Amino acid sequence: MSLPPFERVVTEHAGVVLRVCRALLPDHDAQDAAAETFLSALRAYPRLRPDSDVRAWLVTIAHRKALDVLRARARSVPVADVPERPGGHLPDGAAVRDDDLWDAVRALPDKQRLAVAYRYVADLAYADVAAAMGTSEAAARRNAADGVKALRRRYPAPDGATGTATTPEERV
Amino acid sequence: MDLDHLLPDLLSRTDDARALADLRATLARRAEAEGLLDVAYRTIDSPVGRLLLAATPEGLVRVAFETEDADRVLSELATQVSPRVLLAPARLDAVASELEEYFAGRRHAFEVPVDLRLARGFRRAVLERLTQVPYAGTVSYGELAARAGSPRAVRAVGTACALNPVPLVVPCHRVVRSDGAPGRYRGGPDVKRRLLAMEAAA
Repeated sequence: MSLPPFERVVTEHAGVVLRVCRALLPDHDAQDAAAETFLSALRAYPRLRPDSDVRAWLVTIAHRKALDVLRARARSVPVADVPERPGGHLPDGAAVRDDDLWDAVRALPDKQRLAVAYRYVADLAYADVAAAMGTSEAAARRNAADGVKALRRRYPAPDGATGTATTPEERV
Repeated sequence: MDLDHLLPDLLSRTDDARALADLRATLARRAEAEGLLDVAYRTIDSPVGRLLLAATPEGLVRVAFETEDADRVLSELATQVSPRVLLAPARLDAVASELEEYFAGRRHAFEVPVDLRLARGFRRAVLERLTQVPYAGTVSYGELAARAGSPRAVRAVGTACALNPVPLVVPCHRVVRSDGAPGRYRGGPDVKRRLLAMEAAA
């Protein structure tokens, strides 16, 4: 068994990596972090075991890259200038918009945000979420559950939203 | 609202094509700049069908016809050269324009560097002799064997030509059977006949 061309890795996983970075960082930084993630992956790729879970591997790299960006920003921005985080002020009954949800996800506390991103955006199993975050599987479950609970609080369902929720059959 | 179901739906809907295209472009440019682009490839359309072009930093390493399965060609490059294979057109720009000029009849010799690492030993020696066969000229398998220093190795010359990793640019289509029939070709005998006719008419 040998490694497929890296191009196939990009084709299959670029979407997931971009979404994970977007859940963790503002759009412009997310784009940079995604590029850094693939560049880093390309560097290490020839040494990757061919039977590895490539998506989990990429998400772990994206996690480190996103933290690098956040740390660099924390150093360069005086604490007093950090704006209040958004959250909790989405208009009642507003149509569910993707941008609002992304804002709400980004407004979660770090651990919840990461757990939600890895579980729901990258669709990783909890074991992989735990590996990417360097925590136990139980902690990963708890953080994801707390994150979803917080989103539900900050993001009240508009009237009739339940009716539009898709059934598993429709979510191909 | 069942957020557990709604979340993945909403969060996976936000792929946008431009973000993906930007990511690919940045990755290709940075990989080239940092020496990580072991194999760059692109495809071009030509009068003999779609061609896949691949190059290492040393030069053109593979030209594949449409009849060869592109996925398989890329997998072979990953195994035989390096798994660091990326769609990165810039490195192939010069080859692409020389091929365009060739098919327009305006170019009779290629100048781009060629990396013959996929052909070793005698096969490589044959291909090196082959580059000296001029535009619109032909040579028989027997003559080419003699020029490569092994006059009896006619079959091996046939194999070397059939497995030429860079057809068109290393002109194995100019090697014909001594009875005048075109003989085997990676792109198929029809393509070989068309190339010979095109060069003869130019």
